[in-house]
Amino acid sequence: MAGHVENVDSATAWGGGRSPFNVTYGKMMMWFFLVSDALTFGGFLVALGFAKASAESWPLAEDVFFHFPLTHANWPLIYVALMTFILIVSSVTMVLAVEAGHRMDQKGVQKWLGWTVVGGAVFLGSQAWEWSTFIAGNENGMATLLNNPYNVLNPDDVRYTNFFFFVTGFHGFHVFTGVVINFLVFLQVKKGVYQARGHYEMVEKVGLYWHFVDLVWVFVFTFFYLV
Amino acid sequence: MENRDDLLVNDSYAPMVNHSEEEGKAIRKKIWKVTALLSILTTLEIIMGIYLSSRSSDLWVVVKWSFIVMTLVKAFYIVMEFMHLGHENKSLRRYIVVPYLIFIAYMIYLIVMEGFKVGNGYN
Repeated sequence: MAGHVENVDSATAWGGGRSPFNVTYGKMMMWFFLVSDALTFGGFLVALGFAKASAESWPLAEDVFFHFPLTHANWPLIYVALMTFILIVSSVTMVLAVEAGHRMDQKGVQKWLGWTVVGGAVFLGSQAWEWSTFIAGNENGMATLLNNPYNVLNPDDVRYTNFFFFVTGFHGFHVFTGVVINFLVFLQVKKGVYQARGHYEMVEKVGLYWHFVDLVWVFVFTFFYLV
Repeated sequence: MENRDDLLVNDSYAPMVNHSEEEGKAIRKKIWKVTALLSILTTLEIIMGIYLSSRSSDLWVVVKWSFIVMTLVKAFYIVMEFMHLGHENKSLRRYIVVPYLIFIAYMIYLIVMEGFKVGNGYN
Protein backbone atom coordinates (compact mmCIF):
# COMPACT_ATOMS: atom_id res chain seq x y z
CA MET A 1 0.00 0.00 0.00
CA ALA A 2 1.10 3.52 -0.73
CA GLY A 3 4.16 4.71 1.11
CA HIS A 4 3.93 1.83 3.50
CA VAL A 5 7.32 0.26 2.98
CA GLU A 6 10.21 2.65 3.23
CA ASN A 7 13.63 1.50 2.16
CA VAL A 8 16.15 2.61 4.73
CA ASP A 9 19.54 1.11 5.46
CA SER A 10 19.74 -1.06 8.55
CA ALA A 11 21.93 1.40 10.48
CA THR A 12 19.17 3.99 10.20
CA ALA A 13 16.39 1.47 10.78
CA TRP A 14 17.87 0.18 14.02
CA GLY A 15 19.52 3.45 15.07
CA GLY A 16 16.67 4.49 17.35
CA GLY A 17 13.96 7.11 17.05
CA ARG A 18 11.92 5.08 14.59
CA SER A 19 10.12 1.78 14.30
CA PRO A 20 12.55 -0.72 12.74
CA PHE A 21 9.62 -2.74 11.45
CA ASN A 22 8.06 0.41 9.99
CA VAL A 23 4.90 -0.24 11.93
CA THR A 24 3.33 1.64 14.83
CA TYR A 25 3.46 0.41 18.40
CA GLY A 26 -0.28 -0.23 18.51
CA LYS A 27 -0.31 -2.37 15.38
CA MET A 28 2.75 -4.36 16.44
CA MET A 29 1.20 -5.14 19.83
CA MET A 30 -1.96 -6.29 18.07
CA TRP A 31 0.18 -8.69 16.02
CA PHE A 32 1.91 -9.95 19.17
CA PHE A 33 -1.46 -10.63 20.74
CA LEU A 34 -2.70 -12.40 17.61
CA VAL A 35 0.35 -14.67 17.48
CA SER A 36 -0.19 -15.75 21.10
CA ASP A 37 -3.91 -16.20 20.49
CA ALA A 38 -3.14 -18.24 17.37
CA LEU A 39 -0.96 -20.51 19.49
CA THR A 40 -3.89 -21.03 21.87
CA PHE A 41 -6.22 -22.01 19.03
CA GLY A 42 -3.44 -24.07 17.47
CA GLY A 43 -3.19 -25.94 20.76
CA PHE A 44 -6.93 -26.65 20.78
CA LEU A 45 -6.93 -27.95 17.23
CA VAL A 46 -3.83 -30.06 17.81
CA ALA A 47 -5.56 -31.53 20.89
CA LEU A 48 -8.56 -32.28 18.67
CA GLY A 49 -6.15 -33.98 16.27
CA PHE A 50 -4.84 -36.10 19.13
CA ALA A 51 -8.36 -37.12 20.14
CA LYS A 52 -9.27 -38.04 16.55
CA ALA A 53 -6.04 -39.91 15.92
CA SER A 54 -6.34 -41.94 19.11
CA ALA A 55 -10.10 -42.60 18.93
CA GLU A 56 -11.40 -45.93 17.70
CA SER A 57 -14.10 -44.15 15.74
CA TRP A 58 -15.16 -40.60 15.14
CA PRO A 59 -18.57 -39.42 13.88
CA LEU A 60 -19.02 -38.06 10.39
CA ALA A 61 -19.93 -34.39 10.39
CA GLU A 62 -22.71 -35.11 7.87
CA ASP A 63 -24.44 -37.32 10.46
CA VAL A 64 -24.35 -34.63 13.12
CA PHE A 65 -24.67 -31.27 11.39
CA PHE A 66 -27.68 -31.53 9.10
CA HIS A 67 -30.29 -29.26 10.72
CA PHE A 68 -31.58 -26.08 9.22
CA PRO A 69 -33.73 -23.53 11.09
CA LEU A 70 -37.50 -23.70 10.53
CA THR A 71 -37.24 -26.92 8.51
CA HIS A 72 -37.16 -30.65 9.12
CA ALA A 73 -34.74 -31.01 6.25
CA ASN A 74 -31.70 -33.23 6.24
CA TRP A 75 -29.18 -30.86 4.68
CA PRO A 76 -25.69 -31.89 5.76
CA LEU A 77 -23.24 -29.02 6.31
CA ILE A 78 -25.49 -26.41 4.64
CA TYR A 79 -26.11 -24.40 7.78
CA VAL A 80 -22.47 -24.29 8.83
CA ALA A 81 -21.57 -23.39 5.24
CA LEU A 82 -23.93 -20.43 5.53
CA MET A 83 -22.27 -19.37 8.81
CA THR A 84 -18.86 -19.64 7.15
CA PHE A 85 -19.97 -17.41 4.28
CA ILE A 86 -21.41 -14.84 6.68
CA LEU A 87 -18.08 -14.63 8.49
CA ILE A 88 -16.07 -14.39 5.25
CA VAL A 89 -18.35 -11.63 3.96
CA SER A 90 -18.00 -9.70 7.23
CA SER A 91 -14.22 -10.01 6.83
CA VAL A 92 -14.52 -8.52 3.33
CA THR A 93 -16.63 -5.60 4.58
CA MET A 94 -13.97 -5.02 7.25
CA VAL A 95 -11.16 -4.84 4.71
CA LEU A 96 -13.30 -2.41 2.69
CA ALA A 97 -13.74 -0.29 5.83
CA VAL A 98 -9.95 -0.19 6.26
CA GLU A 99 -9.54 0.80 2.60
CA ALA A 100 -12.10 3.59 2.99
CA GLY A 101 -10.18 4.74 6.07
CA HIS A 102 -7.02 5.11 4.02
CA ARG A 103 -8.91 7.53 1.79
CA MET A 104 -10.21 9.41 4.87
CA ASP A 105 -13.72 8.54 3.69
CA GLN A 106 -15.67 8.76 6.95
CA LYS A 107 -19.02 7.78 5.40
CA GLY A 108 -17.42 4.76 3.72
CA VAL A 109 -15.80 3.52 6.92
CA GLN A 110 -19.08 3.97 8.76
CA LYS A 111 -21.02 2.00 6.15
CA TRP A 112 -18.62 -0.95 5.88
CA LEU A 113 -17.86 -1.16 9.60
CA GLY A 114 -21.60 -1.10 10.25
CA TRP A 115 -22.10 -4.09 7.95
CA THR A 116 -19.21 -5.87 9.67
CA VAL A 117 -20.97 -5.49 13.02
CA VAL A 118 -24.20 -6.81 11.46
CA GLY A 119 -22.38 -9.81 9.94
CA GLY A 120 -20.74 -10.66 13.26
CA ALA A 121 -24.06 -10.42 15.09
CA VAL A 122 -25.75 -12.72 12.55
CA PHE A 123 -22.93 -15.24 12.96
CA LEU A 124 -23.35 -15.15 16.75
CA GLY A 125 -27.10 -15.65 16.40
CA SER A 126 -26.49 -18.63 14.11
CA GLN A 127 -24.15 -20.14 16.61
CA ALA A 128 -26.67 -19.62 19.41
CA TRP A 129 -29.25 -21.50 17.33
CA GLU A 130 -26.81 -24.31 16.62
CA TRP A 131 -25.90 -24.65 20.28
CA SER A 132 -29.50 -24.61 21.47
CA THR A 133 -30.38 -27.27 18.88
CA PHE A 134 -27.64 -29.51 20.16
CA ILE A 135 -28.38 -28.91 23.83
CA ALA A 136 -32.17 -29.10 23.76
CA GLY A 137 -32.77 -31.05 20.54
CA ASN A 138 -35.15 -30.02 17.82
CA GLU A 139 -38.85 -30.74 17.56
CA ASN A 140 -38.16 -34.27 16.29
CA GLY A 141 -36.38 -34.89 19.56
CA MET A 142 -33.28 -36.15 17.78
CA ALA A 143 -29.71 -35.30 16.94
CA THR A 144 -28.59 -33.44 19.95
CA LEU A 145 -24.89 -33.62 20.55
CA LEU A 146 -25.58 -35.95 23.49
CA ASN A 147 -27.59 -38.16 21.16
CA ASN A 148 -25.32 -38.11 18.15
CA PRO A 149 -24.17 -41.17 16.23
CA TYR A 150 -20.86 -41.15 17.99
CA ASN A 151 -22.36 -41.42 21.44
CA VAL A 152 -24.56 -44.27 20.19
CA LEU A 153 -21.44 -46.06 19.01
CA ASN A 154 -19.48 -45.30 22.12
CA PRO A 155 -21.44 -43.67 24.95
CA ASP A 156 -18.41 -43.49 27.21
CA ASP A 157 -16.49 -41.24 24.88
CA VAL A 158 -17.91 -37.75 24.99
CA ARG A 159 -14.82 -36.10 23.51
CA TYR A 160 -16.59 -35.18 20.29
CA THR A 161 -19.26 -33.28 22.19
CA ASN A 162 -16.75 -31.69 24.54
CA PHE A 163 -14.48 -30.53 21.75
CA PHE A 164 -17.42 -29.11 19.82
CA PHE A 165 -18.62 -26.89 22.66
CA PHE A 166 -15.12 -25.98 23.80
CA VAL A 167 -13.65 -24.98 20.44
CA THR A 168 -16.73 -23.29 18.95
CA GLY A 169 -17.41 -21.68 22.33
CA PHE A 170 -13.95 -20.18 22.59
CA HIS A 171 -14.16 -18.99 19.01
CA GLY A 172 -17.67 -17.65 19.60
CA PHE A 173 -16.42 -15.64 22.56
CA HIS A 174 -13.81 -14.10 20.26
CA VAL A 175 -16.55 -13.22 17.79
CA PHE A 176 -18.57 -11.68 20.62
CA THR A 177 -15.70 -9.47 21.83
CA GLY A 178 -14.92 -8.62 18.18
CA VAL A 179 -18.49 -7.44 17.59
CA VAL A 180 -18.40 -5.34 20.78
CA ILE A 181 -15.04 -3.76 19.87
CA ASN A 182 -16.12 -3.14 16.27
CA PHE A 183 -19.28 -1.48 17.53
CA LEU A 184 -17.35 0.80 19.89
CA VAL A 185 -14.98 1.79 17.08
CA PHE A 186 -18.03 2.33 14.84
CA LEU A 187 -19.35 4.86 17.38
CA GLN A 188 -15.95 6.63 17.41
CA VAL A 189 -15.96 6.76 13.60
CA LYS A 190 -19.46 8.23 13.68
CA LYS A 191 -18.33 10.88 16.17
CA GLY A 192 -15.46 11.81 13.84
CA VAL A 193 -12.70 10.97 16.33
CA TYR A 194 -10.43 9.40 13.70
CA GLN A 195 -11.24 12.04 11.08
CA ALA A 196 -9.91 14.63 13.53
CA ARG A 197 -6.85 12.46 14.30
CA GLY A 198 -5.95 12.37 10.61
CA HIS A 199 -5.88 8.59 10.16
CA TYR A 200 -8.04 5.51 10.70
CA GLU A 201 -5.40 3.19 12.12
CA MET A 202 -7.75 2.13 14.91
CA VAL A 203 -10.03 0.59 12.28
CA GLU A 204 -7.00 -1.23 10.89
CA LYS A 205 -6.11 -2.62 14.32
CA VAL A 206 -9.57 -3.89 15.18
CA GLY A 207 -9.69 -5.12 11.58
CA LEU A 208 -6.65 -7.32 12.26
CA TYR A 209 -8.49 -8.87 15.20
CA TRP A 210 -11.62 -9.39 13.13
CA HIS A 211 -9.73 -11.07 10.27
CA PHE A 212 -8.05 -13.30 12.82
CA VAL A 213 -11.47 -14.44 14.05
CA ASP A 214 -12.35 -15.31 10.44
CA LEU A 215 -9.00 -17.07 10.00
CA VAL A 216 -9.60 -19.25 13.06
CA TRP A 217 -13.04 -20.17 11.77
CA VAL A 218 -11.51 -21.31 8.46
CA PHE A 219 -9.45 -23.84 10.41
CA VAL A 220 -12.26 -24.83 12.79
CA PHE A 221 -14.51 -25.40 9.78
CA THR A 222 -11.97 -27.68 8.12
CA PHE A 223 -10.88 -29.67 11.14
CA PHE A 224 -14.25 -29.96 12.85
CA TYR A 225 -16.73 -30.18 10.02
CA LEU A 226 -14.81 -31.50 7.03
CA VAL A 227 -11.76 -33.62 7.78
CA MET B 1 2.65 15.22 25.91
CA GLU B 2 0.14 12.39 25.85
CA ASN B 3 1.36 8.89 25.02
CA ARG B 4 0.51 7.88 21.49
CA ASP B 5 0.66 4.43 19.97
CA ASP B 6 0.48 5.58 16.35
CA LEU B 7 3.99 6.99 15.84
CA LEU B 8 6.39 5.74 13.19
CA VAL B 9 9.40 8.05 13.08
CA ASN B 10 10.18 10.18 16.16
CA ASP B 11 7.11 12.33 16.64
CA SER B 12 5.45 11.89 13.26
CA TYR B 13 2.15 10.05 12.99
CA ALA B 14 1.12 7.21 10.75
CA PRO B 15 -1.05 8.90 8.08
CA MET B 16 1.66 8.23 5.52
CA VAL B 17 -0.28 5.00 4.97
CA ASN B 18 -3.16 6.96 3.45
CA HIS B 19 -3.70 6.54 -0.29
CA SER B 20 -5.43 8.30 -3.15
CA GLU B 21 -8.71 7.51 -4.93
CA GLU B 22 -6.77 5.93 -7.80
CA GLU B 23 -4.79 3.60 -5.57
CA GLY B 24 -7.95 2.80 -3.64
CA LYS B 25 -9.59 1.59 -6.83
CA ALA B 26 -6.75 -0.86 -7.51
CA ILE B 27 -6.82 -2.09 -3.91
CA ARG B 28 -10.58 -2.67 -4.03
CA LYS B 29 -10.16 -4.67 -7.22
CA LYS B 30 -7.65 -6.87 -5.44
CA ILE B 31 -10.02 -7.26 -2.48
CA TRP B 32 -12.80 -8.53 -4.77
CA LYS B 33 -10.42 -10.96 -6.43
CA VAL B 34 -9.42 -12.43 -3.07
CA THR B 35 -13.09 -12.55 -2.06
CA ALA B 36 -13.91 -14.52 -5.21
CA LEU B 37 -11.07 -16.95 -4.52
CA LEU B 38 -12.14 -17.50 -0.89
CA SER B 39 -15.76 -18.03 -1.96
CA ILE B 40 -14.85 -20.51 -4.69
CA LEU B 41 -12.61 -22.54 -2.38
CA THR B 42 -15.25 -22.58 0.38
CA THR B 43 -17.96 -23.68 -2.06
CA LEU B 44 -15.70 -26.42 -3.36
CA GLU B 45 -14.98 -27.57 0.19
CA ILE B 46 -18.66 -27.76 1.01
CA ILE B 47 -19.56 -29.65 -2.17
CA MET B 48 -16.75 -32.11 -1.54
CA GLY B 49 -17.75 -32.35 2.13
CA ILE B 50 -21.31 -33.30 1.20
CA TYR B 51 -20.66 -35.67 -1.70
CA LEU B 52 -17.27 -37.17 -0.89
CA SER B 53 -17.60 -38.14 2.75
CA SER B 54 -15.23 -40.70 4.21
CA ARG B 55 -18.07 -43.24 4.11
CA SER B 56 -18.89 -42.91 0.42
CA SER B 57 -15.50 -42.24 -1.07
CA ASP B 58 -12.57 -44.55 -1.72
CA LEU B 59 -10.44 -41.49 -2.28
CA TRP B 60 -10.80 -40.22 1.27
CA VAL B 61 -7.06 -39.64 1.76
CA VAL B 62 -6.92 -37.45 -1.35
CA VAL B 63 -10.09 -35.60 -0.31
CA LYS B 64 -8.78 -35.05 3.20
CA TRP B 65 -5.49 -33.61 2.04
CA SER B 66 -7.16 -31.40 -0.54
CA PHE B 67 -9.30 -29.94 2.31
CA ILE B 68 -6.12 -29.16 4.23
CA VAL B 69 -4.40 -27.64 1.19
CA MET B 70 -7.44 -25.48 0.37
CA THR B 71 -7.58 -24.33 3.99
CA LEU B 72 -3.91 -23.32 3.90
CA VAL B 73 -4.44 -21.41 0.64
CA LYS B 74 -7.39 -19.56 2.19
CA ALA B 75 -5.35 -18.81 5.31
CA PHE B 76 -2.48 -17.50 3.18
CA TYR B 77 -4.74 -15.02 1.36
CA ILE B 78 -6.52 -13.90 4.54
CA VAL B 79 -3.22 -13.21 6.32
CA MET B 80 -1.30 -11.73 3.39
CA GLU B 81 -4.07 -9.64 1.79
CA PHE B 82 -6.86 -9.02 4.32
CA MET B 83 -4.51 -8.68 7.28
CA HIS B 84 -2.10 -6.87 4.97
CA LEU B 85 0.94 -8.77 6.20
CA GLY B 86 2.12 -9.40 2.64
CA HIS B 87 2.60 -5.64 2.22
CA GLU B 88 4.34 -4.99 5.52
CA ASN B 89 8.04 -4.73 6.17
CA LYS B 90 9.80 -8.00 5.30
CA SER B 91 11.40 -8.41 8.74
CA LEU B 92 8.03 -7.90 10.47
CA ARG B 93 6.46 -10.52 8.21
CA ARG B 94 9.14 -13.10 8.99
CA TYR B 95 9.16 -12.19 12.66
CA ILE B 96 5.44 -13.06 12.89
CA VAL B 97 5.12 -16.02 10.52
CA VAL B 98 8.31 -18.07 10.88
CA PRO B 99 8.36 -18.76 14.66
CA TYR B 100 4.66 -19.59 14.60
CA LEU B 101 5.00 -22.05 11.73
CA ILE B 102 8.00 -23.78 13.30
CA PHE B 103 6.30 -24.13 16.67
CA ILE B 104 2.95 -25.32 15.32
CA ALA B 105 4.58 -27.82 12.96
CA TYR B 106 6.51 -29.21 15.94
CA MET B 107 3.30 -29.50 18.00
CA ILE B 108 1.44 -31.23 15.18
CA TYR B 109 4.26 -33.68 14.68
CA LEU B 110 4.59 -34.49 18.38
CA ILE B 111 0.99 -34.65 19.44
CA VAL B 112 -0.78 -36.10 16.42
CA MET B 113 1.90 -38.77 16.01
CA GLU B 114 1.43 -39.55 19.68
CA GLY B 115 -2.32 -39.78 19.08
CA PHE B 116 -1.89 -42.42 16.39
CA LYS B 117 0.45 -44.33 18.67
CA VAL B 118 -2.04 -44.24 21.56
CA GLY B 119 -4.83 -45.34 19.24
CA ASN B 120 -2.83 -48.29 17.97
CA GLY B 121 -2.02 -49.23 21.53
CA TYR B 122 -5.67 -49.49 22.50
CA ASN B 123 -6.82 -51.21 19.35
